[in-house]
Amino acid sequence: MDKVVDIKSVSYTYPDGNQGLKSVDLTIYPGENVAMIGPNGAGKSTLLLHLNGVLRGNSTVEICGLPMEEKNLKEIRKRVGLVFQDPEDQLFSLSVFDDVAFGPINMGYSESEVKQRVTQALEWVGMSGYEHRSPHHLSVGEKKRVAIATVLSLNPEVLVIDEPTSNLDPRSKWSLIELLKQFPMTKIIATHDLDLVRALCQRTVVMDGGEIVADGNTEDILDDIPLLKAHGLAPR
Amino acid sequence: MKHSFIDEYSDLDSFIHRLDPRTKLIASLAFIVAVVLTPANNWRIFVCYFCVIAVLLILSRLPPLYVLKRSLVIFPFVLLIAVFIPFFKEGELAGSYNIWMWQVSVTYSGLFILANVVVKAWLCILGLILLSSTTKLADLLKGLKQLGTPQVMILILSFMYRYIFVLVDEVMRMQQARDSRNFGGNRLHQLKTIGNMVGTLFIRSYERGERIYAAMLSRGFDGQVRTLHNLSFRPADAYFGVIFCMVLVSPYIIWWLG
Repeated sequence: MDKVVDIKSVSYTYPDGNQGLKSVDLTIYPGENVAMIGPNGAGKSTLLLHLNGVLRGNSTVEICGLPMEEKNLKEIRKRVGLVFQDPEDQLFSLSVFDDVAFGPINMGYSESEVKQRVTQALEWVGMSGYEHRSPHHLSVGEKKRVAIATVLSLNPEVLVIDEPTSNLDPRSKWSLIELLKQFPMTKIIATHDLDLVRALCQRTVVMDGGEIVADGNTEDILDDIPLLKAHGLAPR
Repeated sequence: MKHSFIDEYSDLDSFIHRLDPRTKLIASLAFIVAVVLTPANNWRIFVCYFCVIAVLLILSRLPPLYVLKRSLVIFPFVLLIAVFIPFFKEGELAGSYNIWMWQVSVTYSGLFILANVVVKAWLCILGLILLSSTTKLADLLKGLKQLGTPQVMILILSFMYRYIFVLVDEVMRMQQARDSRNFGGNRLHQLKTIGNMVGTLFIRSYERGERIYAAMLSRGFDGQVRTLHNLSFRPADAYFGVIFCMVLVSPYIIWWLG
């Protein structure tokens, strides 16, 4: 089977000397829904930033068979849609339309294609008719949906989301989970929310201290209470 | 949190709202130039211009009280700069006062110039309020861009407008956190705390900037800003432009003929 993500021994040291990642290996196949769980500071977000080349350590990263090199960056960023945790960072334009159109315009699509992609992406996340609203005036749940639309408009093969359900009330959270379920592409989700993991992901990767400490079937991992306890993930 | 926006009434619908931002930008600029160039002793022309801007404001359906309140905001600035003119201008004395050890005198010609400055500033600000309240900021920036403003300026203005309220929210949260821990003590301590808050705000903004840049990179940003051009110049814009310019010039023609 083709690998969507193939990471071999990624290490990353922050400018302040902290080691963010220590020799991480990860392979992800098409159509998988992978949850990435771990305590704060485990290196989840850092690893996600390696998936589309925002961070590039001394490593071998291949996305859909494309090695992470300068000349492949544009193609890789088209295939990997990365949604940041804080929608306030993801949505930087003055209108929802401009934000969702940002990716497609950068890829050089024609005006009619851009418009069609924006309409389609907003329809997917259930935010049609919000094109001319200002992102600042949306609720947190709406912001999260628009933030996802901003990468869906590029039709990515892999959807990478950092903490999709943080700061959401239960109703918005579950409606977002239902929404994510409908997307057919490969999904990699970093989260603390074990409800989300159980509902959405078949495979779970546990990270702690910049390393992958467990990788396997979601049910097996979430039922392994000693493992969860050891990494600060169990309720008590 | 809700904030009042710079372009608060820009989603009303009126003839003025529907004009192309470029038309409005150029018309506003022309209006300001005309007002500034009007000789000070021609008060009839100022009355004409006031009537012009009043008619446009009525056409735009902006609440008059809102416009009036907004326009008063500039007075402190204008007065701060212009209030000394009556004291320094030479001419016929309007009054002379002894303040402690200084002999201070006010002249009529000085007062006249002060009045002139205030009237001109007020007319200009009315024109700008009309512009900024009838045009969405995003459209205004698009118009500015197509009129040749450098891209960097447009980007700075657009990020400012997008994030200023995010920052205001952050400051308000910091203030609440500070006040709920019994902010007080002596002046020096208070100043220190406020200094720390400003520093924290700077670091947070800097980090947010980094994250926003990462989010832009993730969606294929390569330093080149591209936008869709969807401003349209319609016949109404041409009519408005021509009529407006004629109205601006007409007082001079009447004055010159008569």
